[in-house]
Amino acid sequence: MVENRPLTSVLTHVILVLGVIAIALPIWITFVAATHDELRMNQAPLPLWPGSYLWQNLKQTLFGAGLSGSETAPVWLMLLNSLAMAMMISLGKIAISLLSAFAIVYFRFPFRMTCFWMIFITLMLPVEVRILPTFEVVANLGLLNSYWGLSIPLIASATATFMFRQVFLTVPDEMLESARIDGAGPMRFFWDILLPLSRTNIAALFVILFIFGWNQYLWPLLITTDTSMTTIVMSIKQMLEAAEQSPQWNIIMTTALLAMIPPIFVVISMQKLFVQGLTETDK
Amino acid sequence: MLKRVHFPTSPLPYLLVAPQLAITLVFFIWPASQAMYQSFLIEDAFGLGSEFVWFENFQMLWEDQHYLDAFLRTAVFSTLVAALSMGVALILAGFAQRVVQGAMVYRTLLIWPYAVAPVLAGALWVFMFNPTLGIFPYFLEFFDIDWNHYLNGNQAMGLVILAAAWKQVAYNFLFYLAAMQSIPKSVIEAAAIDGAGPGRRFFTIILPLVSPTTFFLLVINMVYAFFETFGIIHAVTQGGPGSSTTILVYKVFNDGFVGLDLGGSAAQSVVLMVLVIAMTVVQFRYVERKVEY
Repeated sequence: MVENRPLTSVLTHVILVLGVIAIALPIWITFVAATHDELRMNQAPLPLWPGSYLWQNLKQTLFGAGLSGSETAPVWLMLLNSLAMAMMISLGKIAISLLSAFAIVYFRFPFRMTCFWMIFITLMLPVEVRILPTFEVVANLGLLNSYWGLSIPLIASATATFMFRQVFLTVPDEMLESARIDGAGPMRFFWDILLPLSRTNIAALFVILFIFGWNQYLWPLLITTDTSMTTIVMSIKQMLEAAEQSPQWNIIMTTALLAMIPPIFVVISMQKLFVQGLTETDK
Repeated sequence: MLKRVHFPTSPLPYLLVAPQLAITLVFFIWPASQAMYQSFLIEDAFGLGSEFVWFENFQMLWEDQHYLDAFLRTAVFSTLVAALSMGVALILAGFAQRVVQGAMVYRTLLIWPYAVAPVLAGALWVFMFNPTLGIFPYFLEFFDIDWNHYLNGNQAMGLVILAAAWKQVAYNFLFYLAAMQSIPKSVIEAAAIDGAGPGRRFFTIILPLVSPTTFFLLVINMVYAFFETFGIIHAVTQGGPGSSTTILVYKVFNDGFVGLDLGGSAAQSVVLMVLVIAMTVVQFRYVERKVEY
């Protein structure tokens, strides 16, 4: 701080604390709702302070019948599905974009720029705008209701390829020269030099992609009709619909809490990588 | 682009780009060209045959009052989401950068909504604003405001905007804070010596210096509000009541998967694609000549 103004400093903290409260309020209310029983959650005004039913709600949501009167998969299975989808999307994206960025930066070959532009185009096509024909392709390939169908169409990404291209371009040329003098082939160079050098970039990208994959909604909603393939994020919507008949807000909000915890945990625990990943992929 | 030192020509690079190219072709370029082709077709009522009609689908969109309304609504929606989330983020970042110790603590406490899926954000807000049980309608009653977003279109729109902006504040805050922290301390100190107070320094020095970030965030927020808010709208209002929260992305989904109007939905997809491409080009042109003051 440049000068000493006690009053301004107090005001600064007051406003920041108010901001934190406003931002955290929805999550706090979710948490509170997950700690009360069904009866309490049907009386207005709803509580603002936690109750003592968190453990019971968690048990019922995760392993019990979950929401009564609705045909859904058990919540632990949805969590597993979400985890599988998020991991396949993030690892798949990282793998294919590492390889293609390597090819584009380190090789001269015919149609190199054609390949580059074909990848570049995908930057401009979010899944939402080509949703119907992509759905038809996946249906024709028989990939509906499978992990492959959930993840592969979301794997191709120009952003990751660009990021790795950027990283590879900063690797000094002497690295390759000396590796070649020592007799290393392209793949050896890739494994032993490029991969270790881009380790933190890979980790940062993984954080972003994991959140991206975990939070997918429209795509899983379309291509999974089998309840055993439901992801946790999708299930919230089904529960909200069921809530119109019999509101079991404690169970719905416990599920919402379970759906939020893994990505929030990733963001908070790997904050530095997360910030790095955000700024690198978007610029 | 290409390294000065590189490997000799061999079949290897083709193998390396093959996975990404295959996925791009099958799941991006083919569906996108299908969308374009379908936008020139009209299917008959029974889905038995289709007729090539050139730009008739687009013309129908142009004459369709519902579509034009949705267009206008999307513009209002995305402007308000961008303005609200960027405004709040700017204020919070402006105060947070003054804090010497603890700025990172505030950052940690402010960034987590980024990790919440849009549909979950929608669920949280719809719960808080539930007309019979929710906390906010309970308090609003003291001000004689009768809250029911299932019946009142403006309230539904307000709720969707709130939920969408809430989720995006974290992202904007991160970028604003980083931009403000990279302003040289000497500039701020020089202004302070000249007698400029904190408020004046914010408006005459910090705000102009972060204007490139503002522009970047504006594009990102527009894209976010256009496309990624689908989950929020699907969870909170399903486009209703009536069609008061049906934005373009929601309409593509609704007309294609619920209304089964393939040609019309494809034409809408093409319009959206053109919009995305325009926004991407604007953003890239900006990145190309990122000016330093």
